[in-house]
Amino acid sequence: MHSNRYCNRIIVLPFSVLLEIRVKPDNSGVVTDGVKHSMNPFCEIAVEEAVKLKEKKLIKEVVAVSCGPQQSQETIRTALAMGADRGIHVEVAGKDYETLGPLQVSKIMAALAKKEDAQLIILGKQAIDDDCNQTGQMTAALLDWPQGTFASEVSLDGDKVKVVREIDGGLETIKISTPAVLTADLRLNTPRYATLPNIMKAKKKKIANVKPADLGVDLTSRLEVLKVEEPPQRQAGVKVETVEDLVGKLKETGRI
Amino acid sequence: MLSGCSAGLRLLVPRRCVLLSRSVTSGNPGRAAAVDGVLSAFRSICGDDGVSLGETVREQHGKDESVHRCRPPDVVVFPRCVEEVSALAKLCHRHQLPIIPFGTGTGLEGGVGAVKGGVCFSLRNMDQILDLHPEDFDVTVEPGVTRKALNSYLRETGLWFPVDPGADASLCGMAATSASGTNAVRYGTMRENVMNLEVVLADGSVIHTAGRNRRPRYRFKALPVSVFRKTAAGYNLTNLFVGSEGTLGIITKTTLRLYGVPEEMVSAVCSFSSVQAAVDSTVQILQAGVPIARIEFLDEVMIDACNKFSSLSYPVSPTLFLEFHGSERSLEEQVNTTEDITQSNGGSDFQWARDAETRNRLWKARHDAWYAALAMRPGCKAYATDVCVPLSRLPHIIVETKEDLIESRLTGHIVGHVGDGNFHCLMVMDPSDQDELHRVHLFSQRLARRALAMDGTCTGEHGVGLGKRSLLCEEVGPSVIRVMQSLKDAIDPNNLMNPGKILL
Repeated sequence: MHSNRYCNRIIVLPFSVLLEIRVKPDNSGVVTDGVKHSMNPFCEIAVEEAVKLKEKKLIKEVVAVSCGPQQSQETIRTALAMGADRGIHVEVAGKDYETLGPLQVSKIMAALAKKEDAQLIILGKQAIDDDCNQTGQMTAALLDWPQGTFASEVSLDGDKVKVVREIDGGLETIKISTPAVLTADLRLNTPRYATLPNIMKAKKKKIANVKPADLGVDLTSRLEVLKVEEPPQRQAGVKVETVEDLVGKLKETGRI
Repeated sequence: MLSGCSAGLRLLVPRRCVLLSRSVTSGNPGRAAAVDGVLSAFRSICGDDGVSLGETVREQHGKDESVHRCRPPDVVVFPRCVEEVSALAKLCHRHQLPIIPFGTGTGLEGGVGAVKGGVCFSLRNMDQILDLHPEDFDVTVEPGVTRKALNSYLRETGLWFPVDPGADASLCGMAATSASGTNAVRYGTMRENVMNLEVVLADGSVIHTAGRNRRPRYRFKALPVSVFRKTAAGYNLTNLFVGSEGTLGIITKTTLRLYGVPEEMVSAVCSFSSVQAAVDSTVQILQAGVPIARIEFLDEVMIDACNKFSSLSYPVSPTLFLEFHGSERSLEEQVNTTEDITQSNGGSDFQWARDAETRNRLWKARHDAWYAALAMRPGCKAYATDVCVPLSRLPHIIVETKEDLIESRLTGHIVGHVGDGNFHCLMVMDPSDQDELHRVHLFSQRLARRALAMDGTCTGEHGVGLGKRSLLCEEVGPSVIRVMQSLKDAIDPNNLMNPGKILL
């Protein structure tokens, strides 16, 4: 049938995020040592969508890609346990990893998409630790591919993809041609839990190792983090007895 | 099961707002003075932020989701670690102040009411998940960890903790009340799944009921899991504290047995012409060795309410909702066996589904039962009873209960964890109608006694708490009460731990 011919390969990009955020004492960033990482919730939704499309036999192969240090491999393994076929670990460590941002990741994804001849790239709409919401859009721009962002519903229709997007005013339905980039929003699906048998099977699936240099990608960052600080502590409120007291207090603190 | 009736026997008298109160306002002046005296000591242990005298905070910690009125403590403390709990307990012990442990406040029997005032230990800041051993299938959690938080944390490991009482309750709180849920027929209750507890006793001493870091397992049915480390070492203290509802100590850690996330799930629904037919099917399904995960019974009143609430069209007759967990092959066998059994008992309209969306739609009726019951009489509150009888007596007690409901002119819907012989009667009542409240109270007492007369128990899941203490006496008899009392006297001689609960 038509769909098999057009959508052979999907690349998903699951990212891991910190489970607990504490600002470093010198305000230069957040503490990453010893903090548990977990797959970004929106990326889980993206992986789930890709696996669903494969289960519906609309695509042939799901490749999970992650950029980062050794522990990114765990995130890929989780994606494999959810149903991805193979993984690619793009090794980025140390200083490079600290400055790794959406621009660098999207360059890597663009290079990989060409190398792997992918028809669809699905990502989470944003990472919950940095809230950038840029990688999908930048990747599409670098590849000059159409994009369906904030997707809450995805359906393949021949060589086109119908995407229902969540926007401020409601829902927008668009039809874009493949190859395309999609970013997953919260209501797209409910990700499955990895089961033990699938986790064991995932250990046998292949994860290829690639360096950014092999893809011809320059990781230099154009941003410099000057300072990271916590939001101010919430102060206790004060109860007052009468309306006059309230007005007095508001005047005292210069509010009125 | 959630319940949210706030019909009390007395209205709370609204108090005037006061500027940051620094001392205790309480009914008992002697106790108030005692608490006042230790406040600075409390603050030096858990910080200024960790001690609250605020009226709203105290009220929040004096009630749960039961019908019992709010009984606020004199002060609420928020310890951050077991060392602080122990230090606070030592202080309370020295000054003879009651101690009430508080998890999520989702209990259903008034267990957190401070009937003699005292100090509420709100444990929500102790929220660490420690020591996960995926290959041994166990994890240790602190009291601030709820079951949904734990399962979310575990989701990449392929493991889960299946005991599901409905509410997103504190796991240590679930251990304290020996909670159960819809999955009990396959995975057991807290009693079978707690392997070790760290408990702070009334005098501040800290014990590990099975020994520090030990994770022994107690056999439960013949589950297909290979690693079982057993123990025959000494008295079973872990299970003494499970279900003790805070009357023997403060649980600060619980080690839980985990299970593999089900590979696949199938849900099914089937209607029957009578309660007897539904229960007969249940018995036969269990006897056939089908490892059924959930088997829930709804009577025709409940189904009618669900149909109306969720715009469904199930036949209005006794219905079973079933859920199967397993591999694809085992599921096929389970579903086929079950379908044969239901058919042989005159079951009709057997529907089943595998994909998540259809499964959710099939089970929607059961999930929304509480709200469907409430929707039958808008503006009213609901109350759930909780009794458990041997399976063989279930049809009998349900039929008698339904007759009682009609005679007492009460609106009641029956929902049961029929695989365990446990059922809840969801009653909807007008909180301003004192006569109806009284009839509900008498009905519940009759129901509990009816269950006891059939060799059952007055509480399958919710616990004894405040309201079922005399029923407990009737259930176990005076000599057992004497043994329970002597245990309580040995472990908590001054009766500081959650006084007024379980034992009269």
